[in-house]
Amino acid sequence: MNARAPRALDLAVVAALLTAPFWMAAIGGYTELASRIVVMGLAAMALNFLLGFTGVLSFGHAAYFGLGAYGVAMAIKYLGLGTLPAMALGIVGATIAAALIGALIVRRRGVYFAMVTIAFGQVFYFVAFRWNSVTGGDDGLTGWHRVPIPLAATTLDIFGDDKAFYYFALAVFGICVALMALLLNSPFGRTLIAIRENERRARFLGVPIEFHIWLSFVVSCLFVSVAGALYALLNNFTDPRALRFDLSGNLVIMAVLGGMRSFWGPLIGAAIFVALQDYVSSHTENWMSVIGVMFVLVVRFFPRGILGLTRRGASA
Amino acid sequence: MTQLILFNLFNGLIVGAFYALMALGLSLILNLSGVINFAHGGFLALGAYLAYSLIPTIGFWGALIVAPLLTAAVGLVVERVLIRPLYGGDPLYSLLLTFGLAYIFEDMTRFVWGAQALPFQVPGWLTTPLSPRFFFLTGYRLFMVVLVAVAVGALFAILNHTRLGIRIRAGTRDLETVGTLGVNTRWLRSLNFGLGIYIAGLAGVLAAGLLGLSPTIGASLIMPSFVAIIVGGLGSLLGTLLGGLLIGVASGLTAVFLPSASEAVIYVMMGLVLLVRPRGLLGEEGRLH
Amino acid sequence: MTQKLSSYIGRRKLLQGGAALAAAQMAGPFVIRARAADSVKFGLDNPLTGTYAAPGKNELIGCQLAVEEINAKGGILGRPVELISEDSTSGDAGTAVQKARKLIEGDKVDFLMGNVNSALALAMAQVSNEKGVLHIVPGGHTDAITGASCHWNVFRVCNTTQMEANAVAASLIKDYGKKFYYITPDYAFGHTLEAGMIKATTALGGTRVGGDLTPLGTADFSATLINAQSANPDVIVFLTQGDDMVNALKQAVQFGLQDKFHLAGAQQEMEALEGLPPEARIGAWVMEWYWNQPGVAHVAEFVDTVKKKTGRPPTARTWFGYVSAWTCALGAAKANSLKAVDIAKALQGFQLPAEIALGPNPAIYRAGQNQLIASLFVGAAQARGSAEDDLFKVTKVVNGADVAGSLEETGCKMTWPA
Repeated sequence: MNARAPRALDLAVVAALLTAPFWMAAIGGYTELASRIVVMGLAAMALNFLLGFTGVLSFGHAAYFGLGAYGVAMAIKYLGLGTLPAMALGIVGATIAAALIGALIVRRRGVYFAMVTIAFGQVFYFVAFRWNSVTGGDDGLTGWHRVPIPLAATTLDIFGDDKAFYYFALAVFGICVALMALLLNSPFGRTLIAIRENERRARFLGVPIEFHIWLSFVVSCLFVSVAGALYALLNNFTDPRALRFDLSGNLVIMAVLGGMRSFWGPLIGAAIFVALQDYVSSHTENWMSVIGVMFVLVVRFFPRGILGLTRRGASA
Repeated sequence: MTQLILFNLFNGLIVGAFYALMALGLSLILNLSGVINFAHGGFLALGAYLAYSLIPTIGFWGALIVAPLLTAAVGLVVERVLIRPLYGGDPLYSLLLTFGLAYIFEDMTRFVWGAQALPFQVPGWLTTPLSPRFFFLTGYRLFMVVLVAVAVGALFAILNHTRLGIRIRAGTRDLETVGTLGVNTRWLRSLNFGLGIYIAGLAGVLAAGLLGLSPTIGASLIMPSFVAIIVGGLGSLLGTLLGGLLIGVASGLTAVFLPSASEAVIYVMMGLVLLVRPRGLLGEEGRLH
Repeated sequence: MTQKLSSYIGRRKLLQGGAALAAAQMAGPFVIRARAADSVKFGLDNPLTGTYAAPGKNELIGCQLAVEEINAKGGILGRPVELISEDSTSGDAGTAVQKARKLIEGDKVDFLMGNVNSALALAMAQVSNEKGVLHIVPGGHTDAITGASCHWNVFRVCNTTQMEANAVAASLIKDYGKKFYYITPDYAFGHTLEAGMIKATTALGGTRVGGDLTPLGTADFSATLINAQSANPDVIVFLTQGDDMVNALKQAVQFGLQDKFHLAGAQQEMEALEGLPPEARIGAWVMEWYWNQPGVAHVAEFVDTVKKKTGRPPTARTWFGYVSAWTCALGAAKANSLKAVDIAKALQGFQLPAEIALGPNPAIYRAGQNQLIASLFVGAAQARGSAEDDLFKVTKVVNGADVAGSLEETGCKMTWPA
């Protein structure tokens, strides 16, 4: 693995993210767009933990994204918790669900695994949709908003100040990404990559495959639920759409577009996807076709993604 | 009460027959090519809209014959140009591709025919109920069941008694060997795909007689198809048929006792099947692992 | 193998070149979006895709027409008006909220409009209130918008569900009977509409003999209709909207239920009637605005202008969009200012001029609630009336003021910024 190039990329990404609110406006963006990119980037990177590094396709990650979102929303609305405890509740809830469901489906692979993840995702969508009294049903959960966070000396007003929220989201993103990088560089992460490369050989080496895949699934869903919680906070709102399979599909395309085999790839993919969708939908009603065409182009011509283009023949 | 139960049971079978038709097309493509066709709902909508545009010139019966054929033709082009290059690769890519196609289909139907729901008319004599007592047995719904039965019968006849069908069935088990035996597997997959899309187009024309015709008509019908396939078992067409009927009946019976849960029950069934018998009712162990 | 490799490298260069070109294309227009500094900006954040695309599109057309007229008359306070339209999607609140923020922070709009979807309207209202921007909701019906969740800066053009229920209930009891079976869409709008209908009909002696809650996007209503038939009501009340209305009515008529029961409902829209086959255009309903109003001044001109533009007569949604944009212009003119608070104060109790109200009764924004109270049109759907597009026969025009209830009943307690 080429040690120098990734480090330059790491620095560039970090620098761009830290200064985003200041240069976004200059190119026609706005702070909330930057926040959205960070949130989706985290979700896509979390998905890629499973998809790109373990080689397992899940098309139902929206379910855990949504559970994180609903968890934090319900905690703030019904229990009156502060932002951080509410987030913790959402994340724990989603992770438990992922652990349970992961155990059920971990023996399947390939197309069947994907279908089953879609189906379970729809179950959660359906529950959120129908359980009106608790989740607000199709109308979603309104009437709550982000609670400013009391820190040691001052209060971080993430409700009133968009920039403050952006940096809060970025901080959470940073922690999650650092944890993911640590995991990937650990023996556990190496095993996952081995499973991705050749599952049968790994099995012959005595690696407990199902356990590793299950754990990878749980970790991936945990981080996706953090992104979901941030998303609910970003909008001061959550609704069943956060659980639907089209969100799952969008996350997968972000990972593929940026480059599944690279660490930062999904973030780049998310940035392009979110910005493109925002920009195109402002200029034409037919933005869905543009997004669809993009899916087709990526699959046919860029299957290794943007970062795959720049890396000549290297396979990490 | 018994009347209510019986009515909902029969009605559930009718609804289930429709779900089964949709799911069969999806299953056909999935079994042979390993492609999850997310754009299936889009092809259904295309069939419906094409029929709507054809009715003024060739009437309902003409449209019923021609629209699915046109849709299948579009399907063949899509398969040749977009999907064929992806065979043998990671199933992820074909999934993403059909996902993107679904977006394009919905947008293009809205672009060509407009967002406004269109009044799709079925011949009057077909839409009246057979008897005042059994008011839910309209001529159209019975016609639909008959058509589904004919289509399923034809499909099974093709699969069991024609060379194409036997090759498709063989290819579902071991495509590589079939290829080495001299069969042109590329053509086989194309024709199989076309057949699946023909069924989707047919389902679309039928759906337009029952539902409002708007660009989102396909999206609402695709999930029950997935559930029918999971419940019936991957790899088995008979299973898919059974799965569709089962979820239709379950949905209908639930409507008697707990109407608001009648849609949820199909997902509960799916959950139960996955827990108790993950390969589905008639699925084969080890399929598509 | 070699041939494949070389074509692969060639394709790669081509792709890289293409990507660079595409990036350049995307970067450029970002700068172009810096708009003319002196125009007054309207931001419409409404669905243009998905289930609500048809009403959303019609509201957009109404807005566009109004903006053209406003500019022809000199604009707002001497400045030209610019309409920026964004697709909120039909249900994705994240996008709707994002677009609202984009309009407010990125495009710096002076007025925000939207949304067809009540839930999205509420989410957007939270943003507009947070940022202090004047917000008009053209066609989101849930009562909370000018009720329990009302804000000083949020105004609504369409009726509340309680008003619609009140308008139609009397006719149903008088003409059809007292036993009602409700087919209700399972979201806030449906719940409040059913509650409103029950309240209005019970006061006149009606009873609810049964009902079904149907999820949004239900395709097959056969089970629900079987249940309705076995409950043996006088009236089957369809509260579903949009595609659900089309599906439910189409199937009810296929079952021949109109021969045994009366089919009726509260809110009905041209978009749904146009989507039904002619034999299914039946039932008693209330519409919020209708194009065929003989004898009412200015309506025919409006209808002609819209017909020339789109080929079809205006629907209630077109009128909602038209009124929303004009409200902004008139409010600003009256307040002689573009500050949201001043305009909101100027709009308290504001009466729309006849050529905007386009109805027989006065159209007034009730003070303390910001809710437009105008006319409601009770009548029956028909396959074809005096013209091919005449799909509704108006039997009674109700004055909104008679059915609006008291301010206390709405639950709106408005607080103004200091």
